[in-house]
Amino acid sequence: MTTAPKFADVKVGDELKPLVLPPISRHQLALYCGGSGDHNPIHVDIDFAKKFGFKDVFAHGMLSMAFLGRLVTSWVPQKQVRGLGTRFTSITWVGDVITVSGKVTGKREKDGERLVDLEVKCTNQNGQDTLQGSATVALN
Amino acid sequence: MELDKKLIGHEFAPFTAAVEAGKIKLFCKAIGEEDPIYSDEVAAKAAGYRGITAPLTFLRALQADDPNKGGLLRLLNVDIGLILHGEQHFEYYAPVVVGDVVTCQEKVVDIYDKKGGALWFVVQEMEMKDQAGKLLAKGRGVTVVRNPDAGKK
Repeated sequence: MTTAPKFADVKVGDELKPLVLPPISRHQLALYCGGSGDHNPIHVDIDFAKKFGFKDVFAHGMLSMAFLGRLVTSWVPQKQVRGLGTRFTSITWVGDVITVSGKVTGKREKDGERLVDLEVKCTNQNGQDTLQGSATVALN
Repeated sequence: MELDKKLIGHEFAPFTAAVEAGKIKLFCKAIGEEDPIYSDEVAAKAAGYRGITAPLTFLRALQADDPNKGGLLRLLNVDIGLILHGEQHFEYYAPVVVGDVVTCQEKVVDIYDKKGGALWFVVQEMEMKDQAGKLLAKGRGVTVVRNPDAGKK
């Protein structure tokens, strides 16, 4: 169970403890195909992927976005998360080692809640961002 | 290939999705999530949730329960091999838990192209409400369509 930091203790520029994930495997993509209900064959069927001009299958964007969610909920309980969004900026291939990182970009109040804005992203082993996102959480 | 901008404003038929523990369990296995609030009702309630909780991005998996799944692609007449996910955003109003029956309503809010029509972008918005009509979440997604005719003269 996650215990949230206090609003007063959080500073702009604070970094979350990064999450380094095991290399993306075909098995994980098959599990995510079933688990998410996204049955697009481009993520699990190499013949299909090649037919559409890709060298191999590649990860669902939403699998990586789930990693962003894991990072945020490792920092605050899920019930305090008010928003999560991302752009998918490059493809995540089988074998890629993804690091999920985040830092505080702002603090504000809205509708009586104290909110903290975060930049969150996924970066591959070559230092290239695959997801560039943001999150908003409410803190006490 | 050119997408029909007249489809901006198209509303899909609403559908309901039951939030089930087994689906969340498989989803969590796939994403490597091990927090017991996603698998154990006692732990979830102890942590202040109404029940076993759906992970933040599981909401997109609920959309897969649409009986008209693939409706966007049929509407646009686009092959599934040509699409990529461009963006996804969620606003959360209340946690979604096992036992909830969620009503989802999606609509197309924008269609535009870049790079001289080589890439098309379809923006959709989604609202999810619980069985009592209470707003749970809003979503905004961007689907990118690769034009198979790009570069051909």
